[in-house]
Amino acid sequence: MAENFGILFQWLIFLGMAFVSIVASLLVITRKNPIHSALFMVLTLLCVAVLYILLYSPFIAIIQVVVYAGAIVMLIVFIIMLLDLEVELRSKMKVVYSKIVGVFLALLFLFGLLYSVVAKPPTGEIGSLTPDRMANNVKTVGESLFTDYVFPFEISAILLTVAIIGAVILSKKRT
Amino acid sequence: MKLPDIDLYLIAPEIIITVFGFLVLLVDVFAPKGEKKGYLGVLSLLGVAIAFFYTLPLVGTGKTGFVEMFAADGFAIFFKITILIIAFLTLLISIGYAPREGIGFGEYYALILFATFGMMLMAAGTHLIIIFLGLETMSISIYVLAGMLRGDQKSVESAFKYFLLGAFATGFLLYGIAFLYGATGSLYLKNIASYIGSKNLLNHPMLLMSLAFLTIGFGFKIASVPFHMWTPDVYEGAPTSVTAFMATGVKAAGFSALLRVFFTALPAFQPDWTSIMWLIAVATMTFGNIIAISQNNIKRMLAYSSIAHAGYILVAFVAGNKLGTSGILFYLMAYAFMNLGAFTCVILLGKKGEENTLITDYAGLGFKYPLLAASMTVFLLSMAGIPPLGGFMAKFYVFSAAVEAKFYWLAVLGMINSAISVYYYLRVTVLMYFREPEREITGLSFSPAPTLALILALIGTFYLGIFPSNVLSFAQKSIAGLM
Amino acid sequence: MWVVPTIPPALYLILSGILFMIGVIGAITRRNAIVVFICIELMLNAVNLSFITFSRFLQSIDGVIFAFFVMAVAAAEAAVGLAIFVMLYRSRETVNVDEVNLLKW
Repeated sequence: MAENFGILFQWLIFLGMAFVSIVASLLVITRKNPIHSALFMVLTLLCVAVLYILLYSPFIAIIQVVVYAGAIVMLIVFIIMLLDLEVELRSKMKVVYSKIVGVFLALLFLFGLLYSVVAKPPTGEIGSLTPDRMANNVKTVGESLFTDYVFPFEISAILLTVAIIGAVILSKKRT
Repeated sequence: MKLPDIDLYLIAPEIIITVFGFLVLLVDVFAPKGEKKGYLGVLSLLGVAIAFFYTLPLVGTGKTGFVEMFAADGFAIFFKITILIIAFLTLLISIGYAPREGIGFGEYYALILFATFGMMLMAAGTHLIIIFLGLETMSISIYVLAGMLRGDQKSVESAFKYFLLGAFATGFLLYGIAFLYGATGSLYLKNIASYIGSKNLLNHPMLLMSLAFLTIGFGFKIASVPFHMWTPDVYEGAPTSVTAFMATGVKAAGFSALLRVFFTALPAFQPDWTSIMWLIAVATMTFGNIIAISQNNIKRMLAYSSIAHAGYILVAFVAGNKLGTSGILFYLMAYAFMNLGAFTCVILLGKKGEENTLITDYAGLGFKYPLLAASMTVFLLSMAGIPPLGGFMAKFYVFSAAVEAKFYWLAVLGMINSAISVYYYLRVTVLMYFREPEREITGLSFSPAPTLALILALIGTFYLGIFPSNVLSFAQKSIAGLM
Repeated sequence: MWVVPTIPPALYLILSGILFMIGVIGAITRRNAIVVFICIELMLNAVNLSFITFSRFLQSIDGVIFAFFVMAVAAAEAAVGLAIFVMLYRSRETVNVDEVNLLKW
């Protein structure tokens, strides 16, 4: 019986978070003020972070809050304020033909996506990480990052260096 | 818990390229200010050359390393050689071009080296994470390189468009990878293929969706119709040396990743993708060639022609047989030489503050600068597919692969397209030799480095046209591990 | 005894698909480049949700690792992208996608 309550609680959290994240992401793409968009983006990210905890991935949940919501979106907000873009100039809703086609194709893709995930559950090979082992996965993630995945990890170091060099060289004052 | 076997010899070319990237940055910091920093380019050239000599001993070893994430098989080596040649020629061009446009500082050369590093990883990765990270390292470097001319609005705009569309395409590529992972539970290309085979997952909707997403994601990188709309704008606005690098390097790396993922991981879906790719190939060729006719800017014209060339390469991809795949490898190398050569001519015709990229600027060039005009003619004719140049042999292999695989219509449409393309390539040639110049272009300086690049590109174009069998047999050996 | 079923993976994947397509539609229709970029981040975030879901139900660590690298890449893209926007704003006083049309789009 106690297990039932636990699972029921999971359902409640899942449905609540799913609903809030969808609403928030819809607000992201409809608000006129970019600051509002960015803040609703934070809300979406936080909801998804809660879902990560439901999926036994506390590490990614923490990273999501710290890096995504905390750093990336804050950087975006900072730039919006720096550039003084708070009002999006909206000279009439210009209905562009290509945009309608784009949205139509996107909806078509959405149906394809939904069909493909409902038609068959993920069929991949089942590994050995049971939820219990997954639940304290900070250790597991760290271990595999520095053993099996040490090469991609080093590449990502270079990737970040490239990004820093690029950002500096582009935004440096002209000499 | 233990580290995987680390075989540094296997990734020596990548390490050397990276080390030289950082070295260039460091030297730039400690160098006296205000000098013309040509030696930075020479240093980067040295790095590429050393990396090249460390790549050659890996030929034929077929080793893998880092828990089999990284392969030094024939396919990877062939592409690495192509990419290093492209980087070498680009750097040679840059030594003349970058200081002229005021972007000849360390970061420029370093970013070219880092982009080269990313491209090499895309060719060598047998694990989706490596391919993805390589692709992003390349893309981010190129976004920045495209916007290097900060004072030039066109350059800024080109970086802006390339960035937005590139990031957008990344999302699709990632979704494709996610579904591939979900359906097979592995990120190793080989394991994906064997799992699909053993569980008989054909017609799995998730895999079909993933196929569609991967096509979109890679389609952006190789600039195939309908994912091509960024190409002309970005190619026109970016600094010309970067455009040359993009048109050849990004395309080669994109095709290497496309081939690797589709042929190694998803060979079971070949019937599904051929029909789609057939359409894309025809649309890409036709669209590129027809729009190229009406262009009046040479960089835009070359951009549309590069779209058309992606179409020709896709013809071989559709054919999917041994000849086709080795034909793609051959084509990309030939394309690298002739396209880089053509862009070198475009650069040599410009000078500080005056790009001279209108096609009418080429009028009468044959009388004033006969050697420059002659080499431009060679490259254009090679792209049009006139024997005995490299472009002809490349097209010959590609179309005969289509015939061999019984795609007769595709081959016919390809040849018709090739005939259309002769028109706009010849138009420039005719202008150069049979028209009076509309205005005087004087004071061109032929600095040694771009001239050397021009000579090397000429040698490459002629060599691939007259003695194609050496490179083709190398390409045929290279794809052994792929299919 | 009546047992409540656990949340099936399909629901997470549906949510991920919906978020992804909201991101795509936003990126296509919005005109402010920064909002377009936020929408692209939304797409990447949806992909991460898929990866974590697969990782959980396939009981393997690869998906988590991939999500980690996606975040690293997103951070790198944000740095470069925002630098490009700043540069564009300095030279053009706008980051409106439709007004950036010196080159034929």
